[in-house]
Amino acid sequence: MKLDRRTFIELSVGFSLGAGAGIMLTPVNWKLMDDMTIWSQELWPRYQLGGLEGRLPQTGEVTHADSVCTLCPGGCGITVRKVKDRVTKIEGREGYPVNDGGICPLGVAGLQLLYGPWRVPSPLRRAGKRGSGKFERITWDEAINKVVQKLGDLRQRGQSHTVASILGSDRGTVPQLFGRFLSAYGSPNLIRTASAEDTYELALGLMQGATASVGYDLERANFILSFGSGLIEGWGSPVRVIKAHSIWRSGNSKDRATVVQIEPRLSNTAAKADNWYPVNPGTEAALALGLAHIIVKESLYDSAFVQNHTFGFEDWSDATGKTYMGFKRLVLTEYKPGAVSMTTGISVTKIVQLARAFAKAKRPLAVWGRGKGTTSGSLYECMAVHALNALVGNINQLGGVSTRPQVATRAWPAVSRDGTARKGSHRPRIDGAGTSRYPLTRYLPDRWPQAINGGRPGTIQALLVHEADPYFTTTDSAAVAKAFDGIPFVVSFSTYLDETAYHADLILPNHHYLERWEDIPTPVGLQKPILGLLRPVVSPQFDTRHVGDVLMTIAKELGGTVADAFPWEDYETVLKETMGDKWGTLEEEGYVEDAGYKPPAWRKAFGTPSGKFEFYITAFDQAGMKVDKDVGYLPHYEPVEAEGDSSTYPLTLIPAELIRLADGAIGNPPFCTKALEETELKGNDLFVEVNPKTAANYGLSEGRCAMLETPRGKAKVLVHLFEGIMPGVIAIPKGLGHAAYDDYLAGKGVNANSLMGVVEDPISGLSATWGIRAKLTRV
Amino acid sequence: MSTTEEKEQTVAQGEQEEEVPVEATPEPEKPGTWRFLIPIAAFGVGFLMHLFVGWVIFPPLLYSEKQQPIDFSHKIHEEAVDEGCESCHFFREDGSFSGIPGLENCAECHEEPMGEHREEAKLIKEYIEPGKEIPWYVYSRQPQCVFFSHAAHVKMGELECATCHGPIGDSDHTRPYQYNRLTKYSRDIYGWNIAMLSKNAWDYTEMDDSGGMKIEHPARMKMDDCAECHEEMRGVKDACFVCHK
Repeated sequence: MKLDRRTFIELSVGFSLGAGAGIMLTPVNWKLMDDMTIWSQELWPRYQLGGLEGRLPQTGEVTHADSVCTLCPGGCGITVRKVKDRVTKIEGREGYPVNDGGICPLGVAGLQLLYGPWRVPSPLRRAGKRGSGKFERITWDEAINKVVQKLGDLRQRGQSHTVASILGSDRGTVPQLFGRFLSAYGSPNLIRTASAEDTYELALGLMQGATASVGYDLERANFILSFGSGLIEGWGSPVRVIKAHSIWRSGNSKDRATVVQIEPRLSNTAAKADNWYPVNPGTEAALALGLAHIIVKESLYDSAFVQNHTFGFEDWSDATGKTYMGFKRLVLTEYKPGAVSMTTGISVTKIVQLARAFAKAKRPLAVWGRGKGTTSGSLYECMAVHALNALVGNINQLGGVSTRPQVATRAWPAVSRDGTARKGSHRPRIDGAGTSRYPLTRYLPDRWPQAINGGRPGTIQALLVHEADPYFTTTDSAAVAKAFDGIPFVVSFSTYLDETAYHADLILPNHHYLERWEDIPTPVGLQKPILGLLRPVVSPQFDTRHVGDVLMTIAKELGGTVADAFPWEDYETVLKETMGDKWGTLEEEGYVEDAGYKPPAWRKAFGTPSGKFEFYITAFDQAGMKVDKDVGYLPHYEPVEAEGDSSTYPLTLIPAELIRLADGAIGNPPFCTKALEETELKGNDLFVEVNPKTAANYGLSEGRCAMLETPRGKAKVLVHLFEGIMPGVIAIPKGLGHAAYDDYLAGKGVNANSLMGVVEDPISGLSATWGIRAKLTRV
Repeated sequence: MSTTEEKEQTVAQGEQEEEVPVEATPEPEKPGTWRFLIPIAAFGVGFLMHLFVGWVIFPPLLYSEKQQPIDFSHKIHEEAVDEGCESCHFFREDGSFSGIPGLENCAECHEEPMGEHREEAKLIKEYIEPGKEIPWYVYSRQPQCVFFSHAAHVKMGELECATCHGPIGDSDHTRPYQYNRLTKYSRDIYGWNIAMLSKNAWDYTEMDDSGGMKIEHPARMKMDDCAECHEEMRGVKDACFVCHK
């Protein structure tokens, strides 16, 4: 047979048809089609289920362990769900006296902080330029040796006072270890990062003679007058306050609590309040005193308290017969509703109504601390608000305000100091706190950058940072960056590669809070003593060490009296010994509380020179402070002017704090960043809130790009039109603008602190900044 | 020239030409009596060849085979323990199923050698001493998108282990783990019968001579198989989210 064209076609067509028919009768097509559907599922990331193998939580035995959250000063109890040794979920701990089962978004996202890519995996030494983010791994011995060498060298040269330490808190055994270390080493420079506590502690010290911060009986108050406090925005111990808020908002209209928000911006708290008074920013103290005027004038105050337990309400005269002005005369003459209305922008009728409603309420409570309470604030403003509480007699009362009590723990033996330590400790602090200029203030957390920048070189030779991110959180970022450049040796003990760690020379990573032991003293704003126990619920994921142990190793290697100050073997011994008889309960229950605690009665409550609640601050004279005659001794309105001149900067910029955006020492985790709205953050661009009227003046519309400029810096932002912000005021969310951390956070938005400056309170020296002048230009 | 002449001439020429190559084409006048067989034969060859490819060559190509890290004998262990399958594969207090025991479970008895078996020596040397979990291949591993609860099937549905897993408890050796090269899933899931005609994954296996498990009846554990049994046992068709949470 000849293979001609016809045969070829017949053969090939025949074969092909046969092949086709044959293959159709085999499983090849059908099976492959089926397999292809499954195979193709893995081709696109969103369907890659199999690809997640190894990254998905493993299966296995589920266990739960209780601990405490340390991501903010709120100190909530948490229950950690684990599968084998892998933490899979963090929940609020049921029955915990702070949060009783509740948890905030940041607390839930703690898991991402545990396993996230921003953990510092081992001790690191800076390899490139400061801020280049280049580090190399070193061993623990090398890292500790470097610190010991540097500190030993400084001490030998009599420079021990040039070592400073910045901490997020000064309570609990770990901050105490830092304090003890500096004391034995010979430096006075222990600095606590800024918060409203700074000012509140001072105000309570002056008015009540207390050495503690404030505690509010929020749950039982039934008229809450908030001076800009973001009650459901993360103020105080966030879950506790939100739970109290639910109590206020429930019940029938007759006996449910009234919430009044005084704030220039319609925050969530303002939106949920019964009344919102958009006060001119920075004039809150004037409003408080205006309310006091009505309460005094109409005799609505608690006369039992005011007459018997206060000092300086009425005019008084001293032994020489000299007469001094009392608080009563001050408010009656200076804070008449008309004048207050002009200052604050709140109408006279509203001021009168609010004052009457507040004073006549069953359990009224005025709370203070802007936003989340992350800035220090003005002393007189704090005192003016606290004076309202005194007028209605709610000091140490049910639903009132008291000092924050602590669970008593065992004191440590005194430090025996050598000559260097004594000499160094008595040098003035770099931030100026406790000096003749600011004798009453303990820490001035916003003042150290200026001391370094303005002082002689070498003011600070070494900086140790623990549980704080001063590089990011301190007001006026440019000054902070410059100050950091002036510190030759920066050591961070951070668990995460935060801003400060990123600019440090050495990182000695602490265990994550789910990996370590620590005691958690009474959380911020609580009125009853609670001591929580942080305990390891998961084994350390990286080559990290407990900061307490590391600090003690450093001390021991420094030798001499510094080593002698730490007679303990390790941190766990410190903790157990300090907790004393509480340890058993702590270990078993996870916390110790004094449920029956009652604040002391009025007659025993005040440690002031007069033994009473002081409207007139006698402590000023005792401390040798120079204040204005009469009025300077009383809570009064002293305008804190926003920085910048109003012709160049016609607008006012204020920070806005959100519950979904962490703005403290912890970078916002991806879970929370994801929860930001498209009118807050879009891609990497941050929105600022602008009133449509203001926007119209500058030709800006929704989503338009604009240049925001303040005397301290400028940044490109997007405009979000919002009628809840006063015309002429712009609000910028706080907490973004990180350069450190990872792709989920770095490069997103603008750091509000980089646009703000420090306006010092004349008495305390703390930052009283509430905003800054700004301008907005279309780009 | 006329047209007729032309034609005649052509015919004549043609005849003349044909006479020369007589031997090359012997029967040029009737070329088609059997020609129709050519495409049919080609069809048949193609058909049969591809049936062969599809049924004989393709299946082994589709699947790859791995040996388990340890040749484990259920038989020996079942004799040594008190509570049958439950001794090692148990339900925890919260109702979750322990599944394949971890190394810890093995180490309870095999911290030190109990005999002289080659596989036991391997277990101790390669896994227990370095503290490394044994990377078992799981014949019945379902895709991640499937939620499967042992408690629902064993406690509530009262199924025997062997209903789905076969008489694995009596096996003396582990059988090779076969998996689909394309999908990477176990052959047990998508079926031993290449035609996918099989039903009843739970209609599973028998023991072969060597004591390992031999797949006698084609079996699979695909979605349809789950659905069929669910429908049979519960009387209604289940919703997607019963298994796909």
